[in-house]
Amino acid sequence: MLQDFIQYLFAGLTNGAIYALIALGFCVVNNTMGIVNFVQVDFVSLGGMLMFSALFALGLPMIPGLLLAIAGVALVAMVIERFGLRPARSDNHLVLIFLTVGLSIILRGVIKLVWGKNRMALPPLTPDKPVEILGASVLPQALWIFLLTLIAIALLTWFFYRTSLGLSMRAVASNPTAAAVVGIPAGRVRLTSYAIAGALGGLAGVLVTPITTLSYDVGVLLGLKGFAAAIFGGFGSFPGAILGGLGLGLLESLSAGYISSAYKDVVAFLVLLLVLFVRPTGLMGKE
Amino acid sequence: MLNIDKISKNFGGLPALSDVSFDVQKGRLTALIGPNGAGKSTLINCITGVLMPSAGHIRFENTEIAGQPTHKISRIGIARTFQNLKIFPRLSVLDNVLTGLTCEGGDSMLMAMMRLPYLRHRERQLKLRAMAALDRFQLTGKASWPAGILAYGDKKRLELARATVGNPQLLLLDEPVAGLNSEETAAVGHQLKQLRSSGHTMLLVEHDMDLVMDIADSVVVLDSGRCIAVGTPDEIRTNPLVLEAYLGRIEATA
Repeated sequence: MLQDFIQYLFAGLTNGAIYALIALGFCVVNNTMGIVNFVQVDFVSLGGMLMFSALFALGLPMIPGLLLAIAGVALVAMVIERFGLRPARSDNHLVLIFLTVGLSIILRGVIKLVWGKNRMALPPLTPDKPVEILGASVLPQALWIFLLTLIAIALLTWFFYRTSLGLSMRAVASNPTAAAVVGIPAGRVRLTSYAIAGALGGLAGVLVTPITTLSYDVGVLLGLKGFAAAIFGGFGSFPGAILGGLGLGLLESLSAGYISSAYKDVVAFLVLLLVLFVRPTGLMGKE
Repeated sequence: MLNIDKISKNFGGLPALSDVSFDVQKGRLTALIGPNGAGKSTLINCITGVLMPSAGHIRFENTEIAGQPTHKISRIGIARTFQNLKIFPRLSVLDNVLTGLTCEGGDSMLMAMMRLPYLRHRERQLKLRAMAALDRFQLTGKASWPAGILAYGDKKRLELARATVGNPQLLLLDEPVAGLNSEETAAVGHQLKQLRSSGHTMLLVEHDMDLVMDIADSVVVLDSGRCIAVGTPDEIRTNPLVLEAYLGRIEATA
């Protein structure tokens, strides 16, 4: 019994960490631009694809491949902000959100053109031999997911609270008009927020595709769950994104384990809805 | 230093400013006064790029700045405070002041990651300067508070601290004592005098006539979007046009 529970716990936390990474990406862009960036879902697929190419086309080892894939997605994200969103010169959030929907479809198309429609397999970061933890068998990839998610959160915290660019980004999130008046350039802040969102999405893709499989649209469902996790936690809140991601992952795996795996999404989203009925701002949302 | 040259601003055909011209001289405190709706805040917003003037020129040290984006104008050394406060409510008081220094600490993320020791040294310097600014405005004890929970008077002083921390060449103050009690007003007046004696150039928009007459070197009077008088406080006090603007058009109604 207990062993099962621990097994579900690990499975839930593994998926939850991935949702948390994606949710954080949504939050970073939301906080600086006030929009939902739907390209986030394709950053996940692109991360997996770039990792695939880094490993098999360039023949890089795991860690350099991982860094290259993350940097590559961040770069693509910056290009999308600079040449896809900024020329719109619009402050209307609805216009910008629909632009991200369009850009998401375009990017997915490009990924399909470059890497094809076939499902591919990405090897895990280290050999696939489960380790025993508290009687539950855990894939090393899950441990990698925990470790790298923790590192990403630590880096983000350091960046936002210890550097002046991070301070600028928090300032824009708190009051965009005041930020312009003290001389913070909105363009650079937006570009940075996209780079961070891309890196987070890319990392999620590199980590999760060895567990799922790799295809051009693998990020869509994962991304939507990450979006749901962000709302669950309180859209825009970083601790909320982490909590929401882990919470959603746990809900899914516990309902799959104890109720039925066929209904895991239904149960998870039902609980999510109930939470939002009681607390419309999400777990950590502002009133 | 700042040259306002025939500035006009229309809102949907209604003129808020028409042909306003005056200069702000280096090292002096120029006050901008006028009845409500005279166009004072509109003019400040044009200078800082929040609004785009419909016609005319604004030159800062002989460079045209009319129509430039707000953050660029801020970066060439024009800082301001707002009549209705614009602080960062969720940031700490210290972080609020530090944002006034981001122009100087502005690094790319890559640089921030690579040059750690140098960066750490400089961030410490910036922090010391921000603490000194907080000290000037008696906010040291509240440095770690979220700015949103400060009392109104403290928020006003926080804006002043943020605007002055980067040693701007020109400081635009939009009603810095509005809503303050007489004690707090006197304290801010004292601060402004100190800023002037340390060489700051200021353009002050204010309704509190006692304060203006006490600290201004020269006074510009706006009425219904027009500049109706420029002079020393004593000249303005006795100017018939100014009296008329403030006391109502006695002849016209009689």
